[in-house]
Amino acid sequence: MSEKKHRVSRRQFLNYTLTGVGGFMAAGILSPMVRFALDPILKEEAGQDMVAVAQVKDITTEPQRFDFKVKVKDAWYESEEPRSAWVFKDENGDIVALSPICKHLGCTVNWNGEKSNPNRFFCPCHYGLYEKDGTNVPNTPPPAPLDRYEYEVKDGTLYLGKAKPQGGA
Amino acid sequence: MLNKIYDWVDERLDITPLWRDIADHEVPEHVNPAHHFSAFVYCFGGLTFFVTVIQILSGMFLTMYYVPDIKNAWESVYYLQNEVAFGQIVRGMHHWGASLVIVMMFLHTLRVFFQGAYKKPRELNWIVGVLIFMVMMGLGFTGYLLPWDMKALFATKVGLQIAEATPVIGPAIKTLLAGHHEIVGAQTLTRFFAIHVFFLPGALLGLMAAHFLMIRKQGISGPL
Repeated sequence: MSEKKHRVSRRQFLNYTLTGVGGFMAAGILSPMVRFALDPILKEEAGQDMVAVAQVKDITTEPQRFDFKVKVKDAWYESEEPRSAWVFKDENGDIVALSPICKHLGCTVNWNGEKSNPNRFFCPCHYGLYEKDGTNVPNTPPPAPLDRYEYEVKDGTLYLGKAKPQGGA
Repeated sequence: MLNKIYDWVDERLDITPLWRDIADHEVPEHVNPAHHFSAFVYCFGGLTFFVTVIQILSGMFLTMYYVPDIKNAWESVYYLQNEVAFGQIVRGMHHWGASLVIVMMFLHTLRVFFQGAYKKPRELNWIVGVLIFMVMMGLGFTGYLLPWDMKALFATKVGLQIAEATPVIGPAIKTLLAGHHEIVGAQTLTRFFAIHVFFLPGALLGLMAAHFLMIRKQGISGPL
């Protein structure tokens, strides 16, 4: 486009300035509010403290259920929420702590919960099954293995952190 | 791009006359500050509206965090102001804007009064304006309680005592506002919240629509 043809009429100029000034003002008003509303997705996820759950000497090769409490801070509301874990030692002697929350629809699974499936975790809601290491049994509803808690052993005490997905199917 | 979308909609719905009717009208010379600087006094009504828009927007965003409950109200305000990004700004806009609306509205009222712009045939618009004034005062009164701090509580107690001083029906009005015969508490807070966020803004929007329709219908009053 040549320089000569590109003439801005008075009306166009006013339109541009008004849109610009109006847009600037609208942005000035709206940007703090939008950032305010978006805060939850931009906030860093709070790490979770490791919580003392059990004595290592009590842990056997048979999964046992241990209940414990974690501190949860929900904005201005702080509370202690109950959690539990199925804890056992695997064949190498390593500690495994599994979350009891079924990966299908979130019911609570039990060890040896059903007589016809011994040595498996059983979910009573939709008959989901998991092997001892948490792997989901094919052709039952769960789509993934049970989550595994991060753990740490200090002075003979087992500490658990967050439950993380094991991956795989 | 935008033009094409506009043309597409306009071809089907013929929207041009709609917005032209709202936006395309000449500003009379005596109202235009570019001609006479003293005409800035005609801006106060529009400024009141502008600040009201900011109040509605910032208020909408504040309710994302605010809880109208005696156990959580103060904590939620403290949280949104100190822990949420730009919380201080958004709450500050609502706080200062509340005062600014009253100031702008008062200046607008003074202009209309001293210019005699309320005279026939514009008496009805003056009456609607006074109703808007009352709604704004109501918004200020109910909003003041919501942070649920000491200042809010005692200001509301004083306000309720003023209402109670009304002859004959005073105690009934006070109970209706507070939601309880004696206590200024849980029910007062939820009531004030409902009034502040739903009832009065609804009334305000209706009244402002009537106010603006009447201006368009009757035009701005002539020069002095």
